[in-house]
Amino acid sequence: MELKIKYLLQIADNAMIIGHRLSEWCGHGPILEQDIAMTNIALDHLGLARNLYQYCARLEGGGKTEDDYPYKRDVRKWRNLLLCEQDNGDFGKTITRQFLYDTFNLQFLTALQDSHDEHLAAIAAKSLKETTYHLQYSGDWMIRLGDGTEESHDRIQKSVNDLWMYADESFLESEADRWALNEKIGVDLNALKLPTQNNRTEILKEATLQIPESGWTQQGGKEGKHSEQLGYILSDLQFLQRAYPNSVW
Amino acid sequence: MTEEEEIFKILEQVLDPEVPVLTIADLGVLRSVNVSQDEVEVVITPTYTGCPAMDMIEVNIKAVLQENGYQNAIVTRVLAPAWTTDWISEEGRKKLLQYGIAPPQRRGLSSSQGENEIPCPQCTSKNTEMISHFGSTACKALYKCHDCKEPFDYFKCL
Repeated sequence: MELKIKYLLQIADNAMIIGHRLSEWCGHGPILEQDIAMTNIALDHLGLARNLYQYCARLEGGGKTEDDYPYKRDVRKWRNLLLCEQDNGDFGKTITRQFLYDTFNLQFLTALQDSHDEHLAAIAAKSLKETTYHLQYSGDWMIRLGDGTEESHDRIQKSVNDLWMYADESFLESEADRWALNEKIGVDLNALKLPTQNNRTEILKEATLQIPESGWTQQGGKEGKHSEQLGYILSDLQFLQRAYPNSVW
Repeated sequence: MTEEEEIFKILEQVLDPEVPVLTIADLGVLRSVNVSQDEVEVVITPTYTGCPAMDMIEVNIKAVLQENGYQNAIVTRVLAPAWTTDWISEEGRKKLLQYGIAPPQRRGLSSSQGENEIPCPQCTSKNTEMISHFGSTACKALYKCHDCKEPFDYFKCL
């Protein structure tokens, strides 16, 4: 049970944190349409996170609710990928982060539809449909910015270079990943690597962007070892529960 | 009329809060009604995962049933099979068009990638262009018509 919760939280926390990052653009988007697009996508991620937190609360019992997971855990208990928590930077950096995540997430949710846990499979099938739109959005913008002006090209190339060390953490197996695969609940991450990378390469080429050489991969997110970024997110996300514990609407 | 059919009839009063010309049955959100001795169960499914309208729909279902003498209605949410725009009824598609929203292309007929040539709901011209994948809600994209120059919402395929 403990490993199952850890596995579900890995997926839920990715969605929660990347969704939170996107929601930070609310009211700050470069133009209205992009503001709306990013917040709509944020809502999809939040919806996935809620489905999974609700499932965790049901499995754990003992009066837990979906809100306990996002609001009452400190940094070391979070299991999201380091990529998801990276700051928004400029619009190009946000798009690059989303693109790297969407390419992985599309493969991941596709595979997760075959989970022997029926509820998890249903959650995956539901979110997969939306993820197709997410990748269409981030992929299109990679191409527009990469194959755009000299300025947009240089800036998004820098974002690709800067975020590349976070791109492949998703494929590194945690204890929970190995357990879930063994139980046929989870996904074989190794099998996702090639199709994800091919998809990335294809779009980056079309965007006339250089693919950085693969080097050091940052890791630790799935084990609760995070970059400094997550602490700032939580101080914002959890402000109300920290200042006024157990307050409700 | 069976009791289930009566309840379906009553639930025609429950509209989608985002597109208030569609009933939840038109939209395909209402999946089934199960009546047992002392309980009515209404099964609904969300359009989009994070659809914020679901809570309101649930409250409205319970309220409408209570007005009609069903005190113990419960609302169950299911995720599988996942909702698809193909479940929007013919009636629903007509209502969408009249409301000024282009109804979704049939999933079977179009590739998910190329949602092109969406007819303008104002002037029926196919000379239209997508402005943004994401419109005023997650389920809609924003288009403009090159002929009548009007912007319009398109209900995306899912």
